[in-house]
Amino acid sequence: MKIRGKVWKFGENIDTDAIIPARYLNTSDPQELARHCMEDADQEFPDKVSPGDIIVAGKNFGCGSSREHAPIALKAAGVACVIAPSFARIFYRNAFNMGLPIFECEEAARQIQEGHEVEVDADSGIIRDLTTGKEMKAQPIPPFMQELIADGGLIAHILKKSGSG
Amino acid sequence: MSRPMTIAEKIIAAHSGHDWVEPGQLVDVQLDMALGNDITAPISIEIFKKAGAKKVFDRKKIALVADHFTPNKDIKSAEQVRMLREFSQEHAILHFYEGGQVGVEHCLLPEKGIVLPGDVVIGADSHTCTYGALGAFATGVGSTDLAAAMITGRTWFKVPESIKIVYKGELQPWVGGKDLILYTIGDMGVDGALYMAMEFTGPVIESLPMADRFTMSNMAIEAGGKAGLINPDTITEEYVSKRAGRSYQVFRSDEDAGYARVIEYDCSAIEPQIAFPHLPENTVGISEVGTVELDQVVIGSCTNGRIEDLAVAAGILQGKTVAEGLRLIVLPATPAIWAEALEKGFLKIFSDAGAVIGPPTCGPCLGGHMGVLAKGEKALSTTNRNFVGRMGHPESELYLASPAIAAASAVLGRIGSPGELE
Repeated sequence: MKIRGKVWKFGENIDTDAIIPARYLNTSDPQELARHCMEDADQEFPDKVSPGDIIVAGKNFGCGSSREHAPIALKAAGVACVIAPSFARIFYRNAFNMGLPIFECEEAARQIQEGHEVEVDADSGIIRDLTTGKEMKAQPIPPFMQELIADGGLIAHILKKSGSG
Repeated sequence: MSRPMTIAEKIIAAHSGHDWVEPGQLVDVQLDMALGNDITAPISIEIFKKAGAKKVFDRKKIALVADHFTPNKDIKSAEQVRMLREFSQEHAILHFYEGGQVGVEHCLLPEKGIVLPGDVVIGADSHTCTYGALGAFATGVGSTDLAAAMITGRTWFKVPESIKIVYKGELQPWVGGKDLILYTIGDMGVDGALYMAMEFTGPVIESLPMADRFTMSNMAIEAGGKAGLINPDTITEEYVSKRAGRSYQVFRSDEDAGYARVIEYDCSAIEPQIAFPHLPENTVGISEVGTVELDQVVIGSCTNGRIEDLAVAAGILQGKTVAEGLRLIVLPATPAIWAEALEKGFLKIFSDAGAVIGPPTCGPCLGGHMGVLAKGEKALSTTNRNFVGRMGHPESELYLASPAIAAASAVLGRIGSPGELE
């Protein structure tokens, strides 16, 4: 699986209230959540993000609440993957469960700038900054996890495997 | 074969069919309780149906608590609660709470003896770690993990490393559990315990009342912790024995258990703590705050909405009035706490002081309703998070502190301590 897109940069400790404010959690509809994705960190983000874009952020991305609405909102807004030096524990698990690929790479978080074109190869974990030509490395995503992501998350994956999806 | 274990390791071992476990090991554990609320459980219920599940694993081991937007703030939130209600009726869920029965989940479940020492609990709410104060292994998960747990009664864990935090010394006046945990988060940072189990120990913890212990375990997640445990003792036993409706097993860390880190704090040097916007780690002592004028003060939540918290606030507010132009909002965390506050005269004191007294609800803590902030407003709250926009407008500011500081600040109209009122 290869992901290629334009980068939006965010700082450290981007919490789930920034990803999707709780005032919108009276629904779990992905499209509605997408309209408010990241708005408390950057009010214009829902308008300017395009399908396939990549978020590069500082450490502890996704800290705070357990809301699965956070990866749902990011995915529905078109974010193809998130790269950060570290992720909060609950968000990490929720992201894969929802089929949102995430990559831990401190160097990429430091080097890649907003607006850069970046390509991520999930098989090798290689993150290529196409704007600067620099290559960095994260942990690859193993094939079974890539399959889970391709199926749209854990539950869709299990249903497909059990033949009832 | 055996090895010295921490309380977290012992509980996980006992629930996964192992004699012992060690950090990093992946285990499949049996759950004693799975929890969801009106924000997270609707997604779990949808997944449950989509997966074609017909039955929950155990109708007595699932708690659905409609506490976040109660009393339902709009049509959409009422629809979410309807989903919980219908699901609970269909599956005869024993612990479904709404309306006049609902309280803030992490105060309600311990109060009713639904979570007990030695339990493994997962909840689709990050503050599920609160139950660590009872000596349970409890952690927050997402809605998908909750859905799977409702079907199977099991989940998988990576056994976390533990950090032992030892609190020593004499507590200063007006310093309690809230100040100790804010100080700890200030020292360790919001990811200082990422993926780890925090274990709060030492002479100070051993004499700390349950309410303060719940406050500390509640905020383990604000340091990134997977859990925040306290070894059960006579104080735990006294709290639990009159509430437990089933048997439970007490686990305590072995003296020679292994820890990733051991941290020691001299509490005699800790003054009341205030977390400045916009992270719980931005803590300073009350003497360093300077002048911060406030528009609103909130006393309540799963962190500090217990009767002991209200007693402290009432003691300070008795015979005093809230500063002009400031809104004080008091939200007792459960119906039982509300009733006790009424009986003890606390509500009269709050009312005479000019406070708004609300129902048990998470409401303003997450900027939901019942105390949302306008642009540029400043509030001090006894809740647990002060992220950007947490209590309302993204350009509002939120400060976190104890009920004592909150009550005094409400009278002063700025952040200050009870000592200034004398």
